[in-house]
Amino acid sequence: MNSMGRRRSQITAASAAGLLILVGACSTDTDGGSDGENTAAAIDCSQFEQYGDLEGKTISVYTSIVDPEAEEQRASYAPFEECTGAEIEYEGSREFEAQLPVRLTAGNPPDIAYIPQPGFLKSLVEDFPDVVVPAGESVVSNANEFYTPEWVDYGTVDGKLYATPLGANVKSFVWYSPSAFADAGYEVPTTWDELMDLSQQIADDGAIPWCAGIESGEATGWPATDWVEDVVLRTAGPEVYDQWVNHEIPFNDPQIVAALGTVGDILKNDTFVNGGLGGVTSIATAPWNESANGIPDGTCWLHRAANFYQANWDESLEVAEDGDVYAFYLPGKTADDKPLLGGGEFVTAFSDRPEVEAFHAYLSSPEWANAKASVTGQGWFSANSGLDASLLQSPIDQLSYELLTDPSYTFRFDGSDQMPGAVGAGTFWTEMTAWVASDKSDEDVLAAIEASWPSS
Amino acid sequence: MDWLIDAGSTGHKFALMFVAIALFVVVMGAILLAVDRPKRVPGWVVAAAFLGPTVLGLGFGLVYPGLRTIWGSLLDSKGNAFVGLENYVRVFSEDQFQTVLRNTLMWVILVPVLATLIGLVYAVLVDRTRFEYLAKTLIFLPMAISMVGAGIIWKFVYEFRPDQPGVNQIGILNQLLVWLGLPPQQFLLGEPANTLFLIAVMIWIQTGFAMTVLSAAIKAIPDDIVEAARLDGLHGAKMFRFITVPSIRPALVVVVTTIAMGTLKVFDIVRTMTGGNFGTSVVANEFYVQSFRIRDLGLGAALAVILFVLVIPLVIYNVRQLRIAEEIR
Repeated sequence: MNSMGRRRSQITAASAAGLLILVGACSTDTDGGSDGENTAAAIDCSQFEQYGDLEGKTISVYTSIVDPEAEEQRASYAPFEECTGAEIEYEGSREFEAQLPVRLTAGNPPDIAYIPQPGFLKSLVEDFPDVVVPAGESVVSNANEFYTPEWVDYGTVDGKLYATPLGANVKSFVWYSPSAFADAGYEVPTTWDELMDLSQQIADDGAIPWCAGIESGEATGWPATDWVEDVVLRTAGPEVYDQWVNHEIPFNDPQIVAALGTVGDILKNDTFVNGGLGGVTSIATAPWNESANGIPDGTCWLHRAANFYQANWDESLEVAEDGDVYAFYLPGKTADDKPLLGGGEFVTAFSDRPEVEAFHAYLSSPEWANAKASVTGQGWFSANSGLDASLLQSPIDQLSYELLTDPSYTFRFDGSDQMPGAVGAGTFWTEMTAWVASDKSDEDVLAAIEASWPSS
Repeated sequence: MDWLIDAGSTGHKFALMFVAIALFVVVMGAILLAVDRPKRVPGWVVAAAFLGPTVLGLGFGLVYPGLRTIWGSLLDSKGNAFVGLENYVRVFSEDQFQTVLRNTLMWVILVPVLATLIGLVYAVLVDRTRFEYLAKTLIFLPMAISMVGAGIIWKFVYEFRPDQPGVNQIGILNQLLVWLGLPPQQFLLGEPANTLFLIAVMIWIQTGFAMTVLSAAIKAIPDDIVEAARLDGLHGAKMFRFITVPSIRPALVVVVTTIAMGTLKVFDIVRTMTGGNFGTSVVANEFYVQSFRIRDLGLGAALAVILFVLVIPLVIYNVRQLRIAEEIR
């Protein structure tokens, strides 16, 4: 408790210092860190009266979010802790997905966990029906009020709401360098054909247009699954995508084979990849979070990655529409065809104690979303309709939120996150790795994944 | 009771620790006191008092989980329905697991043999030279590095960057290749050579262990034997073949089997360097992936049992050799 409290006051002090520097220097820096207005004095406790007095109660939170993002998480709980008196015990672990089932089996569940995949949530509810607690009334009413039915649906298993969305991300982005584009006279493409023409043009000008990397430790391969999902949405459409994710059509349906072929037109094309990193096979060994370093260096021009990739840019780079690096929307077939791939985490409770439900309700409320936005420098936004977008501090987060809430875009949740673990966190990763590493054919890759789909 | 189970503050935890220590002292004191009591205590009570805690600990900490794992390997992925030997059939019939078994075989043959061989030759070469101390320290140093640490170091050694303008190599091996005018290589990608590059890391770590034990054994060879052999005209390679190796045979066996056991369980190097991708997975890594990531508990348990079965003959052989060595003495 003591160390937690100390850390919190350090954050507050650091935030205040950041604010002073901002005011003093009138800095235009877009990446100023956690210079939140969320200092203790500014908290209006009247919104927290509904949660009652929770003095002396502790709520344990177990997540896969580790420092530095974890620090922003803890800072966003400060209003709740100060107004209700409850204490949040935060524990982040890189081994979260492996350890959570172990803890549930052992009868040692956390009060609250943030689950990054709806598919994982579904298997937890199936495997531990007595341990996962359905959301309470206040949580359900928050979810229905502030989230679209699709987002509510991702946290619903067998008609019961278990989990509410926490953060969100948008994956249909292509990172590029606006300044380099301006110098070379390239235009941001608005259709898939324009994107391919642009790639060809860059290649004709003597450069390698695309860079990609899918190495991510034992999760190696996941960035490639996002590629496939994004392209399935574009070549086969959202309806087929839903059938594919829910296994209503085989994993190796001809339309998916065609989509993988389209991905291969870029990722398996030696004239298009892998800028600054080597040939096609180097995609398998390039760390995903360093693979776009060639963009500011000029050895690579295009990199498909989510909005959260911005955390990996060197701090000296300006992330802005007219800056050093920025992202454009990965275009659809036509300019009006706008599918959007994204993901998010979900808050699940394993206890029905009133303080746990209160905290769950807080996390699903706009108050939390706004508190989180104001303590987060970059790389975070939420699908909460009560979020005040002006609090988002980075232009790419603002763009992400804009696209997510724009009705002309058709949102779909990351497919591999919804599939059973044996596929979505297993063969889909490993087979896509084999697809680039040992040039396994499109048909063989998809057939192998289809064969691994659990029968029940 | 709550006070004993639920410790909130640091002081409380310390208090609990002292309670636990006091309990330990009381129990051990009681046992020792009981054992010290004059003759009337029968022999089996004494034996039970000494062996009891160990047997209980082993039973609860080793035998019970072992039996549970064996039982679990006969159940399905969720641990509910009995499926017989299906998990084992899968391990021995599916392509991906055959790669895993092949890799484990490569590891368990190459690492002990090469590490022991290099360690032995090195020990003989530096024996009684002027720079023996320094030379031994150098080769022993990798032993002090954790497997994960070694994995990260060697990942940098093997790091690949293409040979094109504006791109600098950061891996030493590829930089050497570029200096020699050769194209840089993706060491960790091509199957099955990538497993050999991982094996090199384990050999780098284990050679120091082999060298130290064997060097001590060589120094323990009685001088009179060596001198007698020398009078009989043995030198160099023949001395090594007919005197050194037979004299240190028990130490050699122990070194080879110990390294083999450690190698069978190798997990850290594979997980750190390739994550088991590109056809480099081994049984221990696959066991973890199946149990905790894919959550196929039956298959994970089956892999654990296979690992266990593979280690048993090595342990038995090792223990027998130790016994024989003791009897000779």
